[in-house]
Amino acid sequence: MIEGARWRRWVFFNLPLVLFVVGLLFPFYWMMVTTVRPDAELYRPWMAPNYTPFWTLNPTLDHIRYLLDETLFSRWMLNTFFISVLATVISLFCGLLAGYALSRLKFPFAGSLGTGIFITYLVPQTLLFIPLADIIRNFRLGDTPWALVLTYPTFLIPFCTWLLMGYFKAIPRELEECARIDGATRWQAMVYIVFPVAVPGILSAGIFAFTLSWNEFIYALVFLSSPEQKTVAVGITSELVRGDVFYWGSLMAGALLGSVPVALIYSFFVEYYVAGITGSVKG
Amino acid sequence: MSRVIIRNLNKRFDGVHAVKDVNLEIHDKEFVVLVGPSGCGKTTTLRMVAGLETITSGEILIGDRIVNELPPMDRDIAMVFQNYALYPHMSVYDNMAFGLKMRGFDRTEIASRVKAAAEILGIEEQLQRKPRQLSGGQRQRVALGRAIVRHPQVFLFDEPLSNLDAKLRIQMRVEIKKIHDRLGTTAIYVTHDQVEAMTLGDRVVVMKDGLVQQVGEPLELYNEPANRFVAGFIGSPAMNFATVEMADTDGALWARHEGIRLKLPAAIADRLRQHVGGKVTLGIRPEDLRVASGSDTADLSFDAVVEVIEKLGSQILLDVRVGPNMMVAAVEPTVKAKVHDRLRLALNPDRLYFFDRVSQAAI
Repeated sequence: MIEGARWRRWVFFNLPLVLFVVGLLFPFYWMMVTTVRPDAELYRPWMAPNYTPFWTLNPTLDHIRYLLDETLFSRWMLNTFFISVLATVISLFCGLLAGYALSRLKFPFAGSLGTGIFITYLVPQTLLFIPLADIIRNFRLGDTPWALVLTYPTFLIPFCTWLLMGYFKAIPRELEECARIDGATRWQAMVYIVFPVAVPGILSAGIFAFTLSWNEFIYALVFLSSPEQKTVAVGITSELVRGDVFYWGSLMAGALLGSVPVALIYSFFVEYYVAGITGSVKG
Repeated sequence: MSRVIIRNLNKRFDGVHAVKDVNLEIHDKEFVVLVGPSGCGKTTTLRMVAGLETITSGEILIGDRIVNELPPMDRDIAMVFQNYALYPHMSVYDNMAFGLKMRGFDRTEIASRVKAAAEILGIEEQLQRKPRQLSGGQRQRVALGRAIVRHPQVFLFDEPLSNLDAKLRIQMRVEIKKIHDRLGTTAIYVTHDQVEAMTLGDRVVVMKDGLVQQVGEPLELYNEPANRFVAGFIGSPAMNFATVEMADTDGALWARHEGIRLKLPAAIADRLRQHVGGKVTLGIRPEDLRVASGSDTADLSFDAVVEVIEKLGSQILLDVRVGPNMMVAAVEPTVKAKVHDRLRLALNPDRLYFFDRVSQAAI
């Protein structure tokens, strides 16, 4: 807390906080206003006398209706959901086992293996999609959801592994040793003791992985081509921008509805998520 | 029979020889305490008995079985850890029941065992709570309960009281003693606190640098330390040491040093005669020093200057300077002394200790 005169509190705490919150929420507000703004207002020149960029007096649901009726938006949502859930499950499963092994088991080159996994996370996707495209073509997976389900883990597994590795390291070793003395095998100690204690870490890794897959753009753009296979991120940008015509209202409606699932997941698990990031385990 | 036998036990960690040729026989129902400064190998020894650490060489027997290759779960032991190691996601009841569930006990048996242990420890009210809702003392009780319900052959304690505050530590110490008296399970207890070792152990094993220094009953260690390390480690405040020169004058043996000139009684003199002309380490326990009265002879007393006075209530600790050495004297609380006072301190000639300066062994 900032101590001292009242103005200090305002200058160093309240004001920056307000600026931060406004800066953070403004894009969402803009998205909402644009979604419900009629076309006539959207394309009104800024010097027009009745120009009102920050609010609208004639809200409409036309853009949402257009999005749902005239595009494959609901199909894209389903696709994205299917791909994100599967990619997250695969990555979490691998990340859990790898993270546990790297943080708990003693084997040669464990340290360099951990670093190696992290380095693969640093390879930019814009570079990796070229060889991956070749692999996808060879396996004849192009333009199917499996192209993404199987390629997303290339960046999700290293990410989950690293996050969980740190989390497992924070769990006292004695918990597991105690379980093993109590009669559990290593596998049982892992399943009954370590994983339940690591739930906040597992959930935050899952949320992150889900969000990363949900928002992923470049692989989805390259590996999928037919409209009914697309994900939300690619679908709305490719189907609602035609040539140089931007369907701003529907674009924003798509962006808004597309971010709802992620927002819901975050708000639902926020407590676990914070505990997972701050990594607090008490014995 | 649940005795534990340790034969020629060694442990090396990447170049460090942490436990060196430890030999120990712990009898059925015995409470043995391993004590020593940190890094002395006591915890490593305990962890090897538990099966949490591999053995470099040697043998460990629990009951009549060699357990070297057995995983911890098959050794029929229970362990209490320093940080309690309670499973944070389970209730107290589930924490205590976990070991029994893993071993396939049926529900009614589990319930009755947990209830019995909870009664012994006075934690019946807390059974449905989570560990984070408990105080330090209660957590330690749950950790003990988790060990008790299993009815193991051997209890292993790894500094279980170190995380508790001083008052609670004394209380739990008594409790552990009572539980052991009641259950009679063989126990190995590791601590760095010599008071805990002396009060709990039927026998105490003093370790240093991976080597066993002495094994004995608490008073045996106090009264007959095998070497200078044990003498200094056991007893609080620690024993005073001074290097003295042995001289034979007119048939009597004298221990001399700047500020000290003691005529040794014939009983001790025989043991020390071979060191005449050489130097040995003299040890005097603080509680064996007292302020000299008129009847004390000059041959068994020396002058000291008081530098610090610590009034503990039941006794007063005087930090005094004797020649170039600092010594501590634990004297009666009635003694009136001020800083910088010059006192004459008398000692009990039967309670003098001498150690070889090279081997450090008691003479």
